[in-house]
Amino acid sequence: MTTQRTSGRRKQALAAAAAVAALLTTAACGGGGDDNGGSKNGAAGFDAANNKVAQASAVKKGGTLKFGGAQDADSWDTTRGYYGFMWNFARYYSRQLVTGKTEPGKGGAQLTPDLATGLAKVTDGGKTYTYTLRDGVTWEDGKPITSKDVKYGIERVWAQDVLSGGPTYLKEVLDPKGEYKGPYKDTSADKLGLKAIDTPDDKTIVFHLPQANSDFEEILALVSASPVRQDKDTKSKYGLKPFSSGPYKFESYSPGKSLTLTRNTSWKQASDPVRKAYPDKITVTFFSNANELDQRLLNGDLDLDINQTGMSPQGRTTALKQHKANLDNPVSGYIRYAVFPQSVKPFDNEHCRKAVIYGADHVSLQTARGGPVAGGDIGTNMLPPSVPGAEGQKYDPYELAGANKSGNVAKAKEELKACGQPNGFSTTIAVRNNKPVEVATAQSLQASLKKVGINAQIDQYDGSQTAGIIGSPSNVKKKGYGIIIMGWGPDFPTVQGFGLPLWDSKYILQSGNNNYALINDKAIDGLFSQYVTTLDDAGKEKIATQINHKVMEGGYYLPFVFEKFINWRSDRLANVYTTDNYSGMYDFVNLGLKSAS
Amino acid sequence: MLTYLIRRLFAAAVMLVVIITVVFCIFFLVPKWAGVDIASSFVGKQADPAAVEGVRQKLGLGDPIYVQVWEFFKGIFVGRTYAGGGDTIHCAAPCFGYSFRSEQAIWPVLTDRFPVTLGLALGAAVLWLILGVSAGVLSALKRGSLWDRGAMVVALAGVSLPIYFTGMLSLAIFVFGLHWFSGTYVPFTDNPGKWFTGMILPWVTLAFLYAAMYARITRATMMEILGEDYIRTARAKGLREPVVIRKHAMRSTMTPILTMLGMDLGALIGGAILTESTFNLPGLGREVLLAIRNQDLPVIVGVTLITSLAVLFANLVVDILYAVIDPRVRLT
Repeated sequence: MTTQRTSGRRKQALAAAAAVAALLTTAACGGGGDDNGGSKNGAAGFDAANNKVAQASAVKKGGTLKFGGAQDADSWDTTRGYYGFMWNFARYYSRQLVTGKTEPGKGGAQLTPDLATGLAKVTDGGKTYTYTLRDGVTWEDGKPITSKDVKYGIERVWAQDVLSGGPTYLKEVLDPKGEYKGPYKDTSADKLGLKAIDTPDDKTIVFHLPQANSDFEEILALVSASPVRQDKDTKSKYGLKPFSSGPYKFESYSPGKSLTLTRNTSWKQASDPVRKAYPDKITVTFFSNANELDQRLLNGDLDLDINQTGMSPQGRTTALKQHKANLDNPVSGYIRYAVFPQSVKPFDNEHCRKAVIYGADHVSLQTARGGPVAGGDIGTNMLPPSVPGAEGQKYDPYELAGANKSGNVAKAKEELKACGQPNGFSTTIAVRNNKPVEVATAQSLQASLKKVGINAQIDQYDGSQTAGIIGSPSNVKKKGYGIIIMGWGPDFPTVQGFGLPLWDSKYILQSGNNNYALINDKAIDGLFSQYVTTLDDAGKEKIATQINHKVMEGGYYLPFVFEKFINWRSDRLANVYTTDNYSGMYDFVNLGLKSAS
Repeated sequence: MLTYLIRRLFAAAVMLVVIITVVFCIFFLVPKWAGVDIASSFVGKQADPAAVEGVRQKLGLGDPIYVQVWEFFKGIFVGRTYAGGGDTIHCAAPCFGYSFRSEQAIWPVLTDRFPVTLGLALGAAVLWLILGVSAGVLSALKRGSLWDRGAMVVALAGVSLPIYFTGMLSLAIFVFGLHWFSGTYVPFTDNPGKWFTGMILPWVTLAFLYAAMYARITRATMMEILGEDYIRTARAKGLREPVVIRKHAMRSTMTPILTMLGMDLGALIGGAILTESTFNLPGLGREVLLAIRNQDLPVIVGVTLITSLAVLFANLVVDILYAVIDPRVRLT
């Protein structure tokens, strides 16, 4: 008996030793290769799917594609969702007249027909868009998708009092005066009373814009323009089980816990030139702990992160050391920045704003954001590199990535003198309390501004109340928020999709304002007006560049970084690529697996 | 006894009314005083004015606070209808509110998450009571021994190490390292065996913290009681030591332990946030964490009320158990 007990202890000691050893070597066992050229286990290599397709030929039909996420969608209702990953994922169960091409990088941001037989026939000086629907497009119960379903789906955007949360571009473009009250208050028998859309037959849909908008087709490519069938519209509850027009349908959904999609057997490949529908099943598991999510990814339990916002610092460190071949480092499309509300003195003075821009240490700000790999390249202007007309770091009017990258105290003091504050001034930096990286950025900015005599105190406000706190100009003024730390990404990859709510004076709102700087510049407004009537791509790009220059010249913003992130793809994934259509995310809709088992 | 119970239940009901009112004021009135428009936090980044108005109308945010509190109370007993913008949502009784983020009534969410948390709390409580109380009693009886010192060092570690550390460590070793457990929660009704194996690590992790506290309290209380006159008398009467410990010392020791257990269980049933979050258990704690992250006020209010109810109920049970354990206590 004594011997046995000793043996048991020895076993326990061995088990404990093995446990510690296993803990130390866990990560090393899983991934294999640590170079850029792929791993023994089949990972494609570092950045192998960044703007190019990785392992396209390895894809097999079948299997279960497993997503994990730390954040559920704001809504899975195509009208209500606004999170970028939701738009990306929604293509599994919804179709639009047109959508982004399933190509890597910039190619993905170009439009291609989806439900429609071709891109729009644009007439009447850009005010009329006509589409014809394909044959064989069906709902999940096999009934055909009609032009009326598309119109009804679009009309739902007007029901903001019921279906809040999603983008409202369609409403602003098709009904700028707000005459239509939405399908739930529509008194016409068929609830299709929106005058701007005609459906002469089940196959044809015609949009009549009161004023031309050259990005209208981009707006139609948003999932908020998806068809919804009237008899399946459960109003505010629609997001719990949307009725599918795509290759997959909702099998089960428990908010914040899990989501499972299975094949929509009524969907026909021949009717859909965009989607390949490789996996048989798609699952999403939501985690409340980002570290556990990353550990599951590293362990191979999951294929990718649905949120696509980069790994947590701990997961990233392990992954970069031991699983580099499973990572991509795309530009996210987001710009992280500080913005100066002109209502708060002395930021009504351009030179005071420029003093902050010159005084900031841009390398230190980049480091606070996570460094050049996980944070991004130093931001030198306000147009994301993925937007046509952007010049990236080539346009650097304040030399933020050049001579002044560590801050230029002398130049900042010159600007202070010019603004009548030679000894500096005091102000408040407003930052969301639920974004640790933003808080670190605010602290970095505070430290560098102190050197030029600008004393900034940091106010961490409740991040979940952003719209109510910094979205209210009167509140911003009352609290004296001279500097607001923020980030913004394009809703669709054009200057309008990125900058209109930020820079056009029409978008200065008393609640839910995003033009925090309160820019009221006739030149910028004029350029946006010119942009929407310009139909050729070259002309649009030129105007986009001009708008960006005007914004930067005004010194309304201090850009921190053109954001980049580190995203994980499992060894099992095939046909993987990032797309500018979804700000550097993997294009979900055509992901496949190397094995059906 | 019956009078006592009625009095306590009445007091609990009054307490609940106070709690609901206070919780309402904290979540719905304080932001208003601070100049924050709650409705705008429900409508996304474009915050269309119609959307803000729709939320305000549905949640009744424009009504005076007492009307809002009254509507909430009424909803618990008779259900409630949220109407606005051509959409009507009925929340059946007991209506503890409605989440306009997840478009779900709160009560079904709470009842869905509750069994997970209850299983976690009860399983861990059994473990920590067995381990903590035994370790505490043994330490008190073998005061100054190697056992005593060893147990107290482990207890100190248990109290000092936060759950997210021990939890992540146990996940790293036993789930991701040794692959002894899947680390995935499976509902009891789906597969009792997998549910049990899935709960072992959360139970042990949670029990480690509490067992440490219980061991220290038990040891201190036991040592104090062993020095009491009645223990000396019992020994002088010639009672055997196990009888003295079991019948006399343990009964008195258990009174403060029971009080603690009542409070701890009540609070845990309201949500073991860190444990559930670390192990991704879909219980009340994880739910409230997500709700806080998403600023889903109705869920936060619902879980807060459930926590209060659980603490009130657990205290009532503890008070009744006093009389069973200690004959000197009379429920009048």
